[in-house]
Formats: sequence, structure tokens, C-alpha cells
Amino acid sequence: MSSAIGRPLPHDSARRHVSGAASYVDDIPEPAGTLHMALGLSPKAAGRITRLDVSAVRAAPGVVSVLTAGDVPGANECSPSIGGDPVLAGAAVSFHGQAVFAVIAETRLAARKAARLGVIDIEAAAPLVTVDAAMAAGETVLPDYAFRRGDAAAIVKAGGPVVAGELRIGGQEHFYLEGQAALAVPGEDGDVFIHSSTQYPNEVQHIVAHVLGVSQHQVTVHCRRMGGGFGGKESQASQWAALAALGAHATGRPCKLRLDRDDDFTLTGKRHDFLVRYATAHDASGVIAGHDVTFNARCGYSADLSQGVIDRTMFHADNAYYLPDVTIATRRLKTNTVSNTAFRGFGGPQGMLAIERVMDHIAQTGGVDPLDVRKANFYAAGRDVTPYGQTVSDCVTLLPLVEQLERDCDYRARRDALAEFNCSSPILRKGIALTPVKFGISFTLMHLNQAGALVHVYADGSVMLNHSGTEMGQGLNRKVAQVVAEVFGLDVEAVAITASATDKVPNGGPTAASAGSDLNGMAARNAAKTIRDRMAAVVAGMFGVSAEDVTFAGGSAWAKGRSVPFRELAKRCWLERVSLSATGFYKTPDIHWDREAAHGRPFFYFAYGAACSEVVVDTMTGEMKVTRVDILHDCGKSLNPAIDIGQIEGGFVQGMGWLTTEELVFDGEGRLRTHAPATYKIPVASDVPEHFSVTLYEGGPLPDTIYQSKAVGEPPVMLALSVFSAIGDAIASLRPGMPVALDAPATPEAIMRAVSGMRI
Amino acid sequence: MRQTVRYLRRGSVVSLEGIDPNLTLLDHLRIDCRATGTKEGCNEGDCGACTVVLARRRGDDLVYMPVNACILLAGQVDGAEVITVDDLADGGALHPVQQAMVDHHASQCGFCTPGIVMSLFALYQDGARPVERQAIVDQLAGNLCRCTGYRPIIDAAKAACAGRPADRFCAGREARLAALAEISDSEDVFLGTEARFFAAPASLESLIALYAAHPDARLVAGATDVGLWLTKKLDDIPKLIWLGRVAGLDAIVHGDGGLVIGATVTLDQAAPALGALDPDLGEVMRRFGSTQVRSSGTVGGNIANGSPIGDLAPCLIALDSTMTLRSLAGERRMPLADFFIGYGRQNRAAGEVLTAVTVPALVEGQHFRAFKVSKRFDEDISAVMGAFRIAVADGRITGARVAFGGMAATPKRAAATERCLLGARIDDPATWEGAIDMLGSDYQPLDDMRASAAYRLATARALLEKALFEIGAAPSTLTRIIGHREARP
Repeated sequence: MSSAIGRPLPHDSARRHVSGAASYVDDIPEPAGTLHMALGLSPKAAGRITRLDVSAVRAAPGVVSVLTAGDVPGANECSPSIGGDPVLAGAAVSFHGQAVFAVIAETRLAARKAARLGVIDIEAAAPLVTVDAAMAAGETVLPDYAFRRGDAAAIVKAGGPVVAGELRIGGQEHFYLEGQAALAVPGEDGDVFIHSSTQYPNEVQHIVAHVLGVSQHQVTVHCRRMGGGFGGKESQASQWAALAALGAHATGRPCKLRLDRDDDFTLTGKRHDFLVRYATAHDASGVIAGHDVTFNARCGYSADLSQGVIDRTMFHADNAYYLPDVTIATRRLKTNTVSNTAFRGFGGPQGMLAIERVMDHIAQTGGVDPLDVRKANFYAAGRDVTPYGQTVSDCVTLLPLVEQLERDCDYRARRDALAEFNCSSPILRKGIALTPVKFGISFTLMHLNQAGALVHVYADGSVMLNHSGTEMGQGLNRKVAQVVAEVFGLDVEAVAITASATDKVPNGGPTAASAGSDLNGMAARNAAKTIRDRMAAVVAGMFGVSAEDVTFAGGSAWAKGRSVPFRELAKRCWLERVSLSATGFYKTPDIHWDREAAHGRPFFYFAYGAACSEVVVDTMTGEMKVTRVDILHDCGKSLNPAIDIGQIEGGFVQGMGWLTTEELVFDGEGRLRTHAPATYKIPVASDVPEHFSVTLYEGGPLPDTIYQSKAVGEPPVMLALSVFSAIGDAIASLRPGMPVALDAPATPEAIMRAVSGMRI
Repeated sequence: MRQTVRYLRRGSVVSLEGIDPNLTLLDHLRIDCRATGTKEGCNEGDCGACTVVLARRRGDDLVYMPVNACILLAGQVDGAEVITVDDLADGGALHPVQQAMVDHHASQCGFCTPGIVMSLFALYQDGARPVERQAIVDQLAGNLCRCTGYRPIIDAAKAACAGRPADRFCAGREARLAALAEISDSEDVFLGTEARFFAAPASLESLIALYAAHPDARLVAGATDVGLWLTKKLDDIPKLIWLGRVAGLDAIVHGDGGLVIGATVTLDQAAPALGALDPDLGEVMRRFGSTQVRSSGTVGGNIANGSPIGDLAPCLIALDSTMTLRSLAGERRMPLADFFIGYGRQNRAAGEVLTAVTVPALVEGQHFRAFKVSKRFDEDISAVMGAFRIAVADGRITGARVAFGGMAATPKRAAATERCLLGARIDDPATWEGAIDMLGSDYQPLDDMRASAAYRLATARALLEKALFEIGAAPSTLTRIIGHREARP
């Protein structure tokens, strides 16, 4: 049997997925008497509630109970950070569609119908909806914060070449296919057991305890799998679990709350949208001398995770480029819209899009190839310290990786060919772009960089694995099972994967920041090694060898040419009263961050990749098609190349959607008008080009991680910046020398605005 | 009169009595049958997670139609075999489509997967080989996946459909056809009371009589729109008359002058016939909704619901189509252009049923072009939909029918533009540029989440300009990104 590590094994649940046997929260057989919940939503984006009349709701068929803010026994608060997120709005409302009351009924349809009968009178205030409105009003959820090195403003004013501009970056709805859902089952003495579709069972547990006013040990949260998360179930899952728990608490019966898709869009936070302003000085060859950028972020009505998100925008405002004198300023703006939250990349994509715009801007005005501008600005020896003081010691990966892709995808010849095409094509224009990704791995909130695991070996040699990570499709459970199988020398199928459970592994962090396998793989390995060492001692006794001589491989333990099958050894250990259960723990070493000083080493290492995209644009309608994509990405020594390639392809397409078809439209009243897939368009199969090549890069420096693999969850999203730059490249052909003012997402209408700008 | 709905599942006949007329197939499966493999993703027929396959007899054939169970009424499965993702595996052996999905790492979170498996199962059974990549992505247009980026799913589809279909559904074909014959009859179906019912009359006469007795009833054909009134608006629709069993409404008659399309002909059935009139009409149909929507939705329903953004209406108006309406008072015909009175209002009397749409063929000298502009090419509602029939003789425009969707409260012709086009030289843009400017007086479009008014008007102009360029001989490879006319056989 070959090693479990590095094999392209299928997702642990693949067979269950395709046969409909994989169970999600709404599929779990409901305990007898289960009730269903639905929410009454605020009809206004801002104001004071003057009257809440739920008498018609109570009287509706099938209704058992109605909950309002006054019915919360503990704290009416589900914030993951500094507070400000009521479970049910009490005196005031802060965004259109905010939950004001909850209906509990015999059926879900009865609850949904009754929820629309509530009367919520609001003395409305004028809502702040847009970034611009919040900037004008000066309203923020968190203080302004900046990184500064040198004097960028002075260099920009010094009289050399400067590019300056503005970029609007849209938000993004997660659109996990499984909407938010929780089922709460009441237990004894106020205990509650919750099935939650969450990336962060530990936080759901803590918040539910806080809301119910009970101890954390009274609340148990399980999550076997999510139908997608993407950051949207990191902080955003807690409220629905808390409401289901409140329902169970109030009625003494199991309660399920599964949001309808439109409510899910309305009630849950999204990727932050931004207005970015930059002024960048560069030399004649396009090398940046000073970069002064301000990120104005729409955070929504509360802080939620915005501190970490916008900080990560700052950490990635350099992407792969050395910025000698630099100011990266941020404003965390408060609006009467849903509170924006974590989304794969966690603010990084927006920071990186802005610096890639600067690269394109320099190239377009300078009449040079954007790839040459990019390469000239890469981090390199002697130019390798980030604006926040971390030395990018692994930046040696950048140039060879990019140059390998440049060769493999035939960038230069294609560049020439499409220039020729554009000369003879008045309506359709083609563009190409090759952009790099450098993404910092670790939570910048230091205490989240920990994980726990629990491993049991049973007397028949079967293994049960539990860890603090959650499975949302990314294949984490398969990877961690491969690690445990490797430690025991077993086939991966011998390791059973179980639901993430707060009663098995407590105090875990969220499955986020791409760190799931790095953290949980190590924790599980530590747990498994503890058991393996105990088993090795038994083998040593059996064969009269030293424990150090015992190895585990091929389903047996071996020492000096003798072996014992693992299952027999397990039985032997049990008979000899040796514990076959162990916990494991891991915390990321060598990282530190002083936010006040804006200095430190927040990232354990960086992930790298690059993508080259080609597009064709219709300059009469703004329609656009991606015609070819080539990706080269560094996963270190991949734990599972099939799963890693899946993350790369999926991340790329999700990023492409964010930058092209996915547009969130709020009206002047703060109502989200794109609240379902009929109006919010994520990529479909035909949006992905037939030529979509993904290769794993080999040869870069390897980090001291689990079997030297590198994180892959988020970085590929930013590979899609190449699509956005390629669209700009196509438009740039209309008027060489003029910069393209394209905003994201590049919908047909946004493309036509940029096209019109070239014709003035 | 039959008072049950009967369908086949897993080889057994299921009889439904006393179901609520508003019950959806998805709720029936997930709640009543506890068949939870089929997922609810959006509850509006857009994501495809709830895709199941209906197998029906059509003549001697057995056709497999993927449908969105979330917006299909449970009663609409009468006479069909319902196949869900839970039903495919044969004991411990996965179906070839399922196995290919596993082999190609085509699932990640797995929530869209059941629907994708079912869409590909329908493609697998379809039998046409080889299966081109375009056919696969067309089949998947109504299945959203947020994890994989689709590449492995497309590869799985290619692998699964590499050979002829050979699974236990093929092996049991004759038995299943026989079982379907057993549950087919020509009885009127009526479940419920005079105040609240699901009815499926079997003849036009029964339909007209029932509708005359209940003019307040809601007629449904595919329910791809009415389904959302139930799941999203949470309407209660006490009286539902489903047209799907009415004999004779599901035929396409090819005449000398064009097509007569019965009101319950599905969009999927109509697509080849419409595509034969003009390749652009074929492209409109290819991009229309999704495979699931085209399998359920009908030509008649798309027109009769009077949506201002329906893609078919502008095309059929430009082609000078007429519609046939029937009631106890008799039959009348009217030009389709006169049917749309205002937003959500149509020229249809109480008790009147749309029975057919007549689409004239193009004659010598007539050119047709249609363009759909939307944020996403597939499965999207158009921001602007333009359809044009331009007659040219001796290089001059002698006739023009210009119709747009998305530009007004109803699909609407551009009267002033049409007048100004007459007499222009097709090869001389200077002679028709003025006509294009008239679009600004024909339409005052609105801002909404799909596009701004300014973009809509500018795009309408661009589309008419493109049509005239193309009719004046510009190859469509120079004027459009997809749907090239030259590429088609």
C-alpha cells in the first residue's frame, strides 16, 4: 500500500454526494414534534420601531409562538466581535430586512406565511446606503487605520510620473447552495443540542450560551458538513442557531430555522464593496517609487468581522509587489445595509485588485506590456519587506513561477496575435492578462491559530477521527484522514470521519483563512502520534525491541522484520489496558503581530500562484466572454492533488463571478434588489472556457507545515484578477495610451461605461 | 372523472388523493416521502439543486425530462415516472453518471450534486452520441455549482456519455413503458372541492367548460412562473387548472406558411421547429431559461403570462405571429402584438384560453435577427431583448418589424423606428442611422437591477445597428461573441 499522503483520493463523501445520501441539516430526520421557524423582517433600512403588532401572526393557522427581542433570556447579541448585532431588533432597525420577530409554527410554510402578517411600524430615518453616502456622513463602525512607510504623498508630489485614479469594487454574495440552517433540540435543565450549518461550531456554541444565558457546557453544536460556506457561515451562522435555540427554549420542542433563499440574501453579510483611490509614483520603467492608497470599505451596520477583513485588505494591498514608500489607509464605513463579513479571501482580493489596477494603469499610460511592469515590481532579494514589516522570505517563488506560466501559455505570441486581431476587428476586441497571487497564510487575529483533535482507535483497529475543523466541500476531512492514516500506516478508509462536535473537541477556531488542513492536520497528527507511540511500546514488548524501531505501514506494525497486523495490535493494547484515545493540539509557531505598531510577522508563510486569462469583449453591448485560462499554482507538496486542483478551479471561477456577472444592487431605500439567483448571477458551466488548464507548481521553498503542503482554500480566488485585467486590456486597445476606468464587477453595463470613457 | 393523481416511482404506482392543490413536487418528495436526496437550493427554479427527472411516454418513445421540483406542482407529475437521485444506484453499484462524478472529483460540498446528477442522467438517457461539450454545458445551464468551477462535472459528463446508454433504466424500458401505459387514461382529473381544487381536464371541451364555471381559476401549463407565486409570493391559489393533460394542445403543425404551436407545447419541444425558421430563433431557445425550465415551460405560458421581459414574445411579435383563443363563446384570433395591453394585463376575456400560436415563416427577402443581452449568457433574464424582421428588396428596406423586450412595460414594437427604416439602403448606414435614433422616442425604459435606462436604450440602438450590419452582409463573427450564424450547419 502506498502512502496516504499526496494521493488524488476522492472527497470523503463523494459517493454519498452523488447518491443523495449525504445528509445536511435539513435532511436530518426531525425528532417528533419538531417545529419550524420563519422571520419577520424590517420594512425599512433605518429608524425607530414605534409599534410591533404580531397579533395576526399569533392568530395565523399553525402558529405556536412568536418571539420578539423581549423574549431573549440572556443577551440579545450575536456579534462575533465588539457587539452591535441583535438576534432580534428591539428598539431600532439598522438595515432593510433585519430580523424583528420570529414565528414558530407546525410547518415551515405556515411559519413563512404567518411571518408576513406582522405589523412593524417604523419612524423611518434616511438610510445611508452607499460608500459615498457613508463617506459624506463620516460614519464608521471602526476607527480608521493605516500602514505607513516613508512618505508616499511627498514622492507622489515630487514631479515624476504618477498614475492616479479611482476604482469601485463590488461586493459578493456567498451563494452557498445550502442556505443557512439550524435545528435545535432541547435537553434537560436548559441544555440544548444544535445541528448547525456552520464553519465555526465553537462560536455558535458560545453565542447560543450567551443568548440563552446558560453555561457553554450546556450547549452542544454539531456540523457534519455544509453545502458550501465560503466565509458566509463563519460569523453568519450563529444568529439562526441562536433563534432555533430560543425557539426550543420557549416551546420545549425541537425547532428548525432554515432561511428561504431570498431571506438568506437579505439577512446575511457579503463581501465588502469598496471605493479605492490611489496615486502612485513610478520611474520610467514602471517601477513604483511611492504608493498612496485609501480603501473606503462599506462594512454595513455593524463591525462583525470588518476589522480583520479590512486589515487583510491592507496586508494584501501590495500583492506581489514591493512598495518602497507607501501609505495604505482604510476607512471602515457604516451604512444601513447588512453587515458585511468574511468571504473567501477575507478582504485580500480587494486589496490585490487595486494594486493590479495600478500595474495596468502604469502599463496603459506608458505603452508597455503590463506583465513587464508587474515583473519589474516583484518582491525580490533586497526589496522583500512588506509595508507591515514582514520579510517575504519565500518570494523567490514569484519570478520563476510567473515565467514558467508565461512560457507554458505562450503569452508573448498570443499577445501579438490578439493585437493583430484587434486591428481588424472594430466591434469585438480581445484582451489578455497574466497576474500573480501572493497570499499570507495565518489568521491575523493570533489566538485563532489553534486547533484540536480527538482520535480513537477501537479494539478492532478501526479509527475514529474528530477535529476542530469543519467540512464545507473543501475536502478537509479527507486530507486530515489521510494524515491520520499515514501516521498509523493504514488505508484511509480505515479512518472514520465524524461530525465536527463541540463536545468532542472544544474551543476550536473557525475553519477559515485557508488554514484548515495546516492547523487540523497537525493537531490530528499529534493525537495520532500519541496513540501510535503507546502502541509502539506494546509492540516493543511483544518483539523485544525498542519502541523507536517500530514502524507502522501497510496495515501492520513492523520491527526488525517482524510484524503484527494493526487490528491485532489494537486488540492487544486493549487487553493490556493501554489507552487508545488521545487528543492533539497545534498552534502555529513563529507568528506575531503588533497592530498598534503596524509591525510584525503575521503570516507563517505565503501562498503563490499565477493565472493568464484571455477574453473577448463586444464594444457595442459590453458583453464579454472568457476564452482561455491557464493557471500555475503552488500547493507545496500537495496532500491531495485532486482536491487541491478542485480548490484552484473552483476558487478561480468564484473570483471570476465576483469580477464579472455577480452584481449586488441596493436601491435608494437600502433594499437589496438582487436577492435570489433570478437576479444575482453566479457563473454557470458555459462561462468556463474549454481551455481551462491548471498545473501545480513544483520547486518553490517548502514551509514547515503538515507534510510540507501549502494552504489552498482562498488564494485561487485572486487568480481571477487576471480576467478583470484582461477585460481592461481589451478595452485599452480602443485607444492606446489611455488608462481604462473599469469598475468591478465588469457587467456589460460597466464595460460599456469604460468603453465610453475611451471615446470621449 | 378521476380523483387521484397517479405516478410511477421505483416501479410502483403512487396514488395521491386529497393533496393540497398548491403542494409542490419538492415538498411532496422531501416532506411526504422523506426522499431527501433532492435538495432545495433557491426555491425558484434557478439553481437546479432540486432537479428530478420525469419520464413520460411520447408516442412510442420514452422521454426523460429534467425538471425543477421546487416549482412544479405535485399534480403535474400525473402519468409520469418520477426519478430522483435516490433512485439511480443499483444496490451498492452507482449509476454510470454517479460513478463518473466520483471518478472525476466532480462534487465538493455536494449540495448541488444531486441536481447535477439528474440533469446528466437525462442527458445520458437522451441517447444522442457523441455528446459535444456545448450540449453538456447547455444541459447544465440550470444547475448552479458554487464549488467546482464545473470543469470536472463537464469531464464526468463526457465520460459517462461516451458510450450508448446501457443501464437498468434502459434494460427495464419496456416494462416501464407498459407501467406508464397502465396509468395513462383520458379521464378528467379533479382533486378537491368546488372551492379548492387541482384539476387536469383531458379534453379542450372539458377545459373550456371547467374554466367557464370557474373563471377565477388559475390556468397553469408548466408552472415555471406560477410556481414562484406559491414559493416566493406565498400566494394561496385555491383553484388550479393544469393544461398538461388536455388532448390536442401539445402539437406542432408545420404548414406552408409557418408553424402552429399548440399552447402546451413545451419550450424544449418547440425549440427545433423555431430554430428551423431562423438560426437566431434557435439561439434564443438555446439560451431560454434552462433545460429544466424548457422541459416544463410552454410557448403558450410564456406568452399568456404577459411578462415584459419574456424572450419569446419580442421574437414572435417581430415575426408577425397570431394567437388563437377559445372560450364557450367560440374562437378568435388576434395578432400577438395586440395581446399585451399593459404591465401584467393581457387582452384575454374571462373564461378564454390560449390554444395556439401561429408563427409565419420568413419569405424571400425577409431577414430575421434576434439578440439577447443579459449579465450572464445562459439562464438569465434579458436586460434587453431585440428581435427584428427586415424585408429588403433591391438593396432597400421595404418592411421592418422591430420589437424589444425589457424596454417597456410590455414587449413592444418600435413604430416610429419601423417607419423611418423604410426606404433606407441596407448597405449604407448613413441612410438608417436616423431611424436608430427614433428608438429614443419609441421607448422610455426603466432603471432596475438588470440595467439602467440609459444602458438599455444605448444597447437597443446597438442591437438594431448590428442587425442591419449583418443583414447588409457583415459576418456575425465580426459582430457577436456567441451565437454565430455562420458556425451552424
